[in-house]
Amino acid sequence: MADGSNILEMRGITKEFPGVKALEDVTLEVRRGEVHAICGENGAGKSTLMKVLSGVYPHGTYDGDILLDGGTVEFRGIKDSEARGVVIIHQELALVPHLSIAENIFLGNERSTGGVVDWNRTSSEAAALLRKVGLSDSPETRAMDLGVGRQQLVEIAKALSKKVDVLILDEPTAALNDEDSAHLLDLIRQFRAEGMTCIIISHKLNEIEAIADRVTVIRDGRTIETLDLHGAEKVDEDRIIRGMVGRSLDSRFPDHTPTIGEEVLRVEDWTVHHPIDTERVVVDHVDLHVRAGEIIGMAGLMGAGRTEFAMSVFGQSYGSRISGRVFKNGTEIRTRTVSEAIGHGLAYATEDRKRYGLNLIQTIRENISASALGKVARWGVVDDNVEIGVAEKYRKDFRIKAPTIESVVGKLSGGNQQKVVLSKWVYSDPDVLILDEPTRGIDVGAKYEIYGIINALADAGKAVVVISSELPELIGLCDRIYAMNQGRIAGEVDREHATQEELMRHMTMDKEVSAR
Amino acid sequence: MNAVREYVGRNMRQYGIVAALLVIVLLFQVLTGGKLLFPNNIASLIQQNAYVMILAIGMVMVIVAGHIDLSVGSVVAFVGGLCAIMMTQWGLPWFVAVVLSLVVGALVGCWQGFWIAYVGIPAFIVTLAGMLIFRGLAIVLVGTTVAGLPGGFNKISNGSVPNWLGFVGDVDVVTVCIGAIAAIAFVWSQWRSRRSLAKHELTVEPMAAFVAKNVVAVALIGIVTYWLSLSAGGTPIVLLIVGVLVIGYSFVLNRTVFGRHVYAVGGNRHAAVLSGVNSRRVDFGIFVNMGVLAAVAAIVTTSRAGAGVAAAGMNYELDAIAACFIGGTAVTGGVGRISGAMIGALIMGVLNMGLSIMAVDAAWQQAIKGLVLLLAVAFDILSKRRSRLA
Repeated sequence: MADGSNILEMRGITKEFPGVKALEDVTLEVRRGEVHAICGENGAGKSTLMKVLSGVYPHGTYDGDILLDGGTVEFRGIKDSEARGVVIIHQELALVPHLSIAENIFLGNERSTGGVVDWNRTSSEAAALLRKVGLSDSPETRAMDLGVGRQQLVEIAKALSKKVDVLILDEPTAALNDEDSAHLLDLIRQFRAEGMTCIIISHKLNEIEAIADRVTVIRDGRTIETLDLHGAEKVDEDRIIRGMVGRSLDSRFPDHTPTIGEEVLRVEDWTVHHPIDTERVVVDHVDLHVRAGEIIGMAGLMGAGRTEFAMSVFGQSYGSRISGRVFKNGTEIRTRTVSEAIGHGLAYATEDRKRYGLNLIQTIRENISASALGKVARWGVVDDNVEIGVAEKYRKDFRIKAPTIESVVGKLSGGNQQKVVLSKWVYSDPDVLILDEPTRGIDVGAKYEIYGIINALADAGKAVVVISSELPELIGLCDRIYAMNQGRIAGEVDREHATQEELMRHMTMDKEVSAR
Repeated sequence: MNAVREYVGRNMRQYGIVAALLVIVLLFQVLTGGKLLFPNNIASLIQQNAYVMILAIGMVMVIVAGHIDLSVGSVVAFVGGLCAIMMTQWGLPWFVAVVLSLVVGALVGCWQGFWIAYVGIPAFIVTLAGMLIFRGLAIVLVGTTVAGLPGGFNKISNGSVPNWLGFVGDVDVVTVCIGAIAAIAFVWSQWRSRRSLAKHELTVEPMAAFVAKNVVAVALIGIVTYWLSLSAGGTPIVLLIVGVLVIGYSFVLNRTVFGRHVYAVGGNRHAAVLSGVNSRRVDFGIFVNMGVLAAVAAIVTTSRAGAGVAAAGMNYELDAIAACFIGGTAVTGGVGRISGAMIGALIMGVLNMGLSIMAVDAAWQQAIKGLVLLLAVAFDILSKRRSRLA
């Protein structure tokens, strides 16, 4: 239990990359047995700090000292840090999809004698670890058959298979729904009760408030402060945000008075089946409409069918046996391919920008023009003069932070990548913009800017659909919110009546009960 | 300052392989006692390696889009054989045979493109099958050789641009004119793109680097032109063919919507599809194009041999793929330039020629070329890794 002594100290850590000082004189003190949160905007240096700690950046590539149990340690790689009980679970899940849970847990650490794997021991030990993290799946299940939430738990089971004193979790709940997140937080509490020390990096401040004992705030590569959540001063989300951004955000959402016009898009009786399991209904008779200048929200838990709905409307990019009707300005349209959908003025900015939204190895300029190349080309020839002008305009308008428009998109921070995605779709000049999780994994400052962009789009007469898992975001941004549950629209709430409790009730209400 | 560093860093590789080519040329110039750069050797360097350059143009596009084509060597033999049969047995005039050969190449491309783009079989498998199919068909059609081709046809690869402007001393004036046009066109296109960047107040490479680059390029064009003008025939016709193809396809890949779609599909197929790119049509187009370019290579090869040969084009696919990889095309797709692949092809060509002049055994030549391919890609990967970690 927490006895007040430091299990871990990082002193004067400075880490430089060519041209950038990622960390400068960072100090971190973690007490034995506590849950210590690290907060900071994207690019503040949290992940870099954890990579220094876990030996991903070996000793000698940074300045400063790391003390474990009071003694200096010099990790030359992950093996070294794990041998001393420091285990990191990275933000990106790293399971091998075709291997079983048990194989994944003991990957690189196989239960074997003389190089021959002992499968019985592997299975039984895996089963024990799975029980510990509260997972009921068989250890033989393939990792690819698990949802993201369960994969995360397997990652934790994998970490527990080693001797762990300090467990580092980098954004463990970023991809999880509320239920899975809650389970994970319970698990962390349980570890704390067993005496384990946890370091957690998260953007979700409500979770930090709920679980952490102390918080260290990092900004621009420096330690700003360490706050004690059980101390005399009351530390709440706003207090942490103030430390992260260096100012207090009076409002997390820009003011906006909507001017709502005629109906632009109406979808009727939209039903979609799962692409492989074609009997399974994923989107169930959805009716929805959005008007010019209006921002509507789509709330729902993971698996409620929001992304599936959006992608199936956008050129049937998801699903099978799709039925229903789509109307644009009152006339029925066909959106069977993406180019048809774009042609009718639809745009869909994906929730997974790295996989589906951007060409990470190309430049800002090439990404921005990607969905509307026809507009910068004549007779099939791209006019680079026009294209450069367009890219420059959006770089300035949306304040994309990059040396030039010729910078490769993969090197930008999440917030700036998201701005490139938005630029790309705004430039295609759609009438309806569907934004799927537009602020996922983005820091507070960039979120505010993106809300501003969304409001400006609505003011320009666009119809905007925002899909988000963060209820405060939907409530702060949208004029009207649909709540989806198990593929159906379970409720519709307008701005005045939208509360988290009300939305959550619709989102979780049992299908049979609400059908009545 | 940062932007300048980023610019140089990004283009390091381009400069790197040009430097590698120059080093190899100088090395063999010394090792062969100056024979490598004899005017006639330069001309035959181009005539002997035209097929690699032509195939590499198509192969860059195939690899950038994330595919591979193993069939081009067999397609060269098949189309070349058919072309020879059209002229000798069907009695068609040679230019008709050339046009029909290009059509056949396109049809071959349609066949393979169909399986890849619309059925969804990986290109590796489809073209591996194509490699067997078209080699087999070539042997069925040709037997071993079909000889006795018309002189006009044979001139494509062996002839030179007619010298209707006469000589000044030993210098062929037509060649000098072609060289001058090439140099002016190069400088003009460089200037144009620089001006367009500057107009939007974007960072351009430092003036000194810009001037240096142009001076070096013009000097190289000048030297090659001078040597060629001293050679027995002047400018080889295939050089013009290759030149037109390189310029045309560089334009297609860099400046047209289709070219952009190739890079987009290769860089992130999902994102491209969700941006409205018809990725199947792009895949199909790339393989049709590869088929046409394989037909061009077939014509050049058949013309050079003066006969349709069933065993022609053996290992051509590997030469073309190697040229692409030496020239910086990424195995994972999305990255690659025609200019790079051309320099890659020249490096292979100079190695071939230099080693042949030195009378190095053919088996050793293969081994050395393999080693160069490995080193070039290793250099690429290591320098990328260094720039990422540093």
